[in-house]
Amino acid sequence: MIRARVLTAFATEGPVLALDEPLSFWGAFDPKTGIIIDVHHPQRGICVTGAILLMRETRGSGSAPGAIAEAIRLGTAPAAIVLSEADINLAIGAEVAATLYRRHCAILAVTMEDLELLKKYLRLRIAADGVITPA
Amino acid sequence: MEEAGVLELDEAAHSLLDGASGRAMQLAMRLVVRAADIMGAERLRPISFAHVDACFYTGQAHVDFISYMLENGARLSVPTWTNNGVVSLDDPSLRPYAEDPVTAAGAAGLMRLYARLGCKPTWTCAPYQHGGGPGFGDHIAVGESNAVAYYNSVVGARTNKYGDYLDVACALTGLAPDAGLHRDEGRKAQLHCDASGIPESWRRQDIFAHLLGHHVGRLSGRRVPVISGLLAPANDALKAISSAAASSGGVELWHGVGVTPEAPDLGAVFTGAESHRLTADDLARAHRQLSTARDGPLDAVALGTPHFSLSEFAELVRLLDGRRVKPGLLFLVSTSRVVRELAAAKGWIASLISSGIEIPVDVCTYYAPRARGLKGRVMTNAAKWAYYAPGMLGVEVAFGSLKECVESAVRGEVWRDPDLWTSA
Repeated sequence: MIRARVLTAFATEGPVLALDEPLSFWGAFDPKTGIIIDVHHPQRGICVTGAILLMRETRGSGSAPGAIAEAIRLGTAPAAIVLSEADINLAIGAEVAATLYRRHCAILAVTMEDLELLKKYLRLRIAADGVITPA
Repeated sequence: MEEAGVLELDEAAHSLLDGASGRAMQLAMRLVVRAADIMGAERLRPISFAHVDACFYTGQAHVDFISYMLENGARLSVPTWTNNGVVSLDDPSLRPYAEDPVTAAGAAGLMRLYARLGCKPTWTCAPYQHGGGPGFGDHIAVGESNAVAYYNSVVGARTNKYGDYLDVACALTGLAPDAGLHRDEGRKAQLHCDASGIPESWRRQDIFAHLLGHHVGRLSGRRVPVISGLLAPANDALKAISSAAASSGGVELWHGVGVTPEAPDLGAVFTGAESHRLTADDLARAHRQLSTARDGPLDAVALGTPHFSLSEFAELVRLLDGRRVKPGLLFLVSTSRVVRELAAAKGWIASLISSGIEIPVDVCTYYAPRARGLKGRVMTNAAKWAYYAPGMLGVEVAFGSLKECVESAVRGEVWRDPDLWTSA
C-alpha cells in the first residue's frame, strides 16, 4: 500500500501503463482518440484511455489543462495519472472537467521510489484519499 | 507524500470557497487554492492585472469552461487583457469555416465569450507593446510564455506562468499563489551567461538577440539566467531574447546586467557558481538549429512572432523602401489591432499592402499561415517562429535578419547579407 499526495481526487482502478518518457498532454497526445502522437515519444501509438498512467513528470505546457479537460470530456483520458512531481496543469484541468462534466481523472504524486514500485503491478486501485493498492 | 497544508486563507477567500458569490467564483477560488497548495504557498497575494491565454481555442472544453463561468456569476476583479485567438474577428478570410468549421466557429465564439466577460479585447501575444499595462513591482497573472518572460524580466512585474483556466481564475479572484516568481528569493539568477566575449559589432545586430535568446534558453531550461555583455538593447531585442529563451527552454524570467530593472550589477541577482562564457560558435550553432532549409527559392516570409511592434514596422518600411515583394510570394506580418492602427496613421500599412504584404491581426502567427495554405521554404527573423513552425506547419525555415527577410522577399529567393557575420 502506498499513500499518494492527492492533487485531484477520484476513486478508480485500471491497468497500469508506465511511460518511459515525459508526455506533454498538449501537442503530443490526441484528446479525440487518447493516443500518444508525438513522433519523438518511444510509446507513440499507444492509447492511454482508462489506464493508471505512471510517469515521472509532464512536459510543461500552459495548454495542458485544456487538453486533459478535453480528453476527460470525450472519455479518452486515463483513469488516473500518477507522477513523481506535483503538476499544477493536470490538477487544474482535471478539476475543471470534474466540475463541468462530472467526469473524472485522479491526479496523484508519489516519490520516485514509490513510482518504481507501482510499475511492478499489472492493475492498481486508487482510493479517493490517495491510497494505492494492487487490484 | 502528504499535502503541505500550510496555506492560510482569509475570511473573504473562505466565503468564495463556500460559494457565497456563486458557483463560478467558487470554482475560480478552488483552482487558485489548488495551485497554491501544490506550489507550497503560505498565502495568496492580490494581483493588479491579468493577461489570459484561455481565449486561444484548443477544444470544446475551453468554450464550456467560460460558458459555465459566465452563466454562474463570474466577475473579473482586475483589468484583464486577452492573448491572440486562433482566428481573426477582424478578417473573415482568417476564419476558414469551409475547411474546419468546428475550429473556426469554436474559436470565434470563444473569443466573443471572453469579450463578454469584460476582458479588454487586445488579442495579442505582446500586450507589453500597449500602453496602460502593469509596471515595476506589480503582481500580475499571465499565461503566454513570451509575455511572462517579458513582464518579469523587462518590466519587473511579477508573475508565474499560469496555464489555462488558472489564468482566468486569478483574474476572477484577483489573487495568485504567493510563491515562485512572486517572491524575492524566486527571482535570483541560477546561472550566468557572459556575452562580452562576442565581438561588439555582432552584439549590435538585430539577429544577435534572437540567437542569444535561443542559446540561453537551451542552457537554462526552466531556470533563471542572468546575461552580461548586452549593449543597450532596444525593446524589440528584449522581446526577442524573452520569446526565444521561453521557447527553446522554459525561461520565465531572465536578467540583463545594466539592462533589466532588477540587475543594476551582476551581484544584485547572482551569487552562484555556474557561469558560461558565450562564443561565436554558440551563436553559429543556434543559427544552424533554427534554419531547417537550405538557401534557395522562397515561398513565403513570416514576421511578427511575438506580434510586430511599431518600431519594427518603421524598420520594415525603411528596408523595403517602396519596393514590391516578388509576385506569388506570401509575406505575412502578424500584429495587434492597436499597433496596426498606429502604423496605419503613419501611412505604413497602406504602403506595405501596396508592396504585396498582408498584415493579419488578432491571430497567432502559426494560424494565419495555415489559413493561407503556407508551405515550402519560409523565411523569418523570429527565433520562436523558426523553433515551432517546422513541427506545427510542416514548412522548412530559413532563419535570417530582418534585412535578409526583406531582400529575399523582393528577389524571391533566400539572400544572405555579406556584411553580416552569420554569412561567414
